Amino acid sequence: MANSSPEKWYSKYIDVALPITAGLAALLIGAVMLAVLRVNPLEAYAALWDGAFGSKNALAETLVKATPLLLVGLGISISFRGDVINIGGEGQMIVGALMGTLVGLHMVDWPGWAVIVLAMLAGFTGGAIWGGIPGVLKAYFNVNEILSTVMMNAIAVQLMNFLLRGPMIDPAQAELASKIPQTARLSEALRLPRLVPTRLHLGALIAVILAFLVYILLWRTTTGYRIRAVGQNPDASKYAGIKVKRYIVLALVLSGAFAGLAGVTQVYGVNYRMITDGSASGFTGSAGFNGIVAALFGQLHPIGTIPASILFGGLLVGANKMQRVVQVPSALITALNGLVVVFVVSSEIWRKRRQRRRLAAAGEDEAGPPQDADEQGKNGSQTEVAV
Amino acid sequence: MNFTIILHSGIATGTVLLFAAIGEIFAERSGILNLGVEGMMLLGAMAGFGISLATGSAWVGVLVAMLAGGVLSLAHGLVTIHFQADQVVSGLSLTFLGTGLALVLGEGLTGQTPPLLVDFNIPLLGAIPVLGPALFMNHGLLVYAGYLFTPLAWFYINKTRPGMHLRAVGEKPAAADTLGVNVYGLRYLYTFVGGALAGLAGAMISLSVSPGWYSTQTTSGQGWIAIALVIFAQWNPFRAALGGYLFGMLRRLILDLQGPSTLLGFANPLYINSNYSFFLIMTPYILTIIALIIGSRAVARKKGGSPSALGIPYIRGERGR
Repeated sequence: MANSSPEKWYSKYIDVALPITAGLAALLIGAVMLAVLRVNPLEAYAALWDGAFGSKNALAETLVKATPLLLVGLGISISFRGDVINIGGEGQMIVGALMGTLVGLHMVDWPGWAVIVLAMLAGFTGGAIWGGIPGVLKAYFNVNEILSTVMMNAIAVQLMNFLLRGPMIDPAQAELASKIPQTARLSEALRLPRLVPTRLHLGALIAVILAFLVYILLWRTTTGYRIRAVGQNPDASKYAGIKVKRYIVLALVLSGAFAGLAGVTQVYGVNYRMITDGSASGFTGSAGFNGIVAALFGQLHPIGTIPASILFGGLLVGANKMQRVVQVPSALITALNGLVVVFVVSSEIWRKRRQRRRLAAAGEDEAGPPQDADEQGKNGSQTEVAV
Repeated sequence: MNFTIILHSGIATGTVLLFAAIGEIFAERSGILNLGVEGMMLLGAMAGFGISLATGSAWVGVLVAMLAGGVLSLAHGLVTIHFQADQVVSGLSLTFLGTGLALVLGEGLTGQTPPLLVDFNIPLLGAIPVLGPALFMNHGLLVYAGYLFTPLAWFYINKTRPGMHLRAVGEKPAAADTLGVNVYGLRYLYTFVGGALAGLAGAMISLSVSPGWYSTQTTSGQGWIAIALVIFAQWNPFRAALGGYLFGMLRRLILDLQGPSTLLGFANPLYINSNYSFFLIMTPYILTIIALIIGSRAVARKKGGSPSALGIPYIRGERGR
């Protein structure tokens, strides 16, 4: 059987080796791009590293940036495992944050910790609703969730602009002509506690704990098993009696909920108010998109997403320093993110080839059924594109 | 508010969606789903604007924009055709890549004034009452090209031999392969065509429809709307063009609704409190979702709406594909 295959010894490491190789390849192309821009790549990358991990404060900033990436990425690992492509992290963060902020602004007489807990629940709910709508549309109206979640992002942005310039605007700003779209500042009691004397806040710890809970959900509970089963083979799941549509909706609801929570941590842990520049990224910092990259880099595994988020958080923080030192636009990191994903998905072919060889070898030994449901799912997910 | 103005503006902005959507139709008809339209459009918008500034010729800008979109799409082609990677994820990464490249290379372009594409009138046709001024006057060459391009694209896909090969590659690649059609080659070709048209659409924004470079706001999600239009259009260029024009008109109507102090005899709530206009800005996206519901129902009913090999990598010699 496959166990006797000589390539077995490294198969354990391939999950780690593939993304790292892909990441290095992306950095290499990034270096070429830097050279084209007449910048010394080594100098640029040194600045990047220094800005991301060079000091205690830098590291703390990296972890602060990594927190929403991890939370969004956890949701992404749930939905992508269920073969549901959620691109709506931005909108779900916004709606979650709006609901969480409303709680903080209105429940002034409650003890701080209770308001924070309620705000997180509200954010969870807001994100769940915003993810649930495309979920229902996909499950019951056959609407492609990629496009509907993108549209939901655009709708959420305008909802945020309306609320932050209208009903929820900071009373101080309402008086002024500038009318910066922001809410009033949350009271000191409502701020997420800081872990060390830096800007690192409790949200980071919560995100890591949730990563382990999501791992348990996906691999140790019936619900998680069913989400993955539906993602790998909806037809077989249906015949096995799983209510497929319900789990499609659930995958998007959970995915949105984690993004909503990410939005709340930005308000309660970083800015202490909700503020934007009129665009989605003005509030989210594009964490709704970058979280997808982090999750893919972490092999759609909740635990793998932890180091991946720290890495991409570091890239984002370091990019600012790089911009200052060598005058390269920090948007270079967006291009690098794209390259990383390109290489990660391309490298999948080596895994697939190995898989096919193994199946062929297994088939010769004994006519067993094709093994490794994971790979079946990977192939299955490509046949199920509804666009 | 004036119907002719709304129609005129809708045709112009709709042509952007027309090119992007028909480009995506070409790619998807060959079996390649490219979700990177937004990234390719943005790169095209930047390239068109920047090259026009550098060379002093808007048309050189348009050509380079098409090349930029096409070359970027070939990255998606390589990844999905030869490496058989997931088309959804690869397309998404193309959005990141295109956006990032456009923002880095477009640094400093904001506020510049390159030569733009010029508008002109079509004699005779422009004299048609009501429709003439809206359809045939004060438009750029690309708008008029759109009128011809739509039927030509339809004819090419449905009535010509290369068009038949295109459809075969997207429906039954294995069968096409046995008949000697170059599946990989054609998929690369139409992926490139899709990218080039997305680049063209981008350049049309930055050099004609709403001239300027405003980083990601230049395209502001129109690439995604174009992909949605493809589903709404059932992969038919005529329906894509119609959908594009309707969307363009809607965008103009939204702008116009904010101006007057009264609407239909009632006080205009948008005039009193401009904050409500955020709900108006939302409507195209809500309508896109509604269009998707309509399009997806049709797909589900006909069962043959989408190309049957869409999104599936073709692996030579593998059974059952």
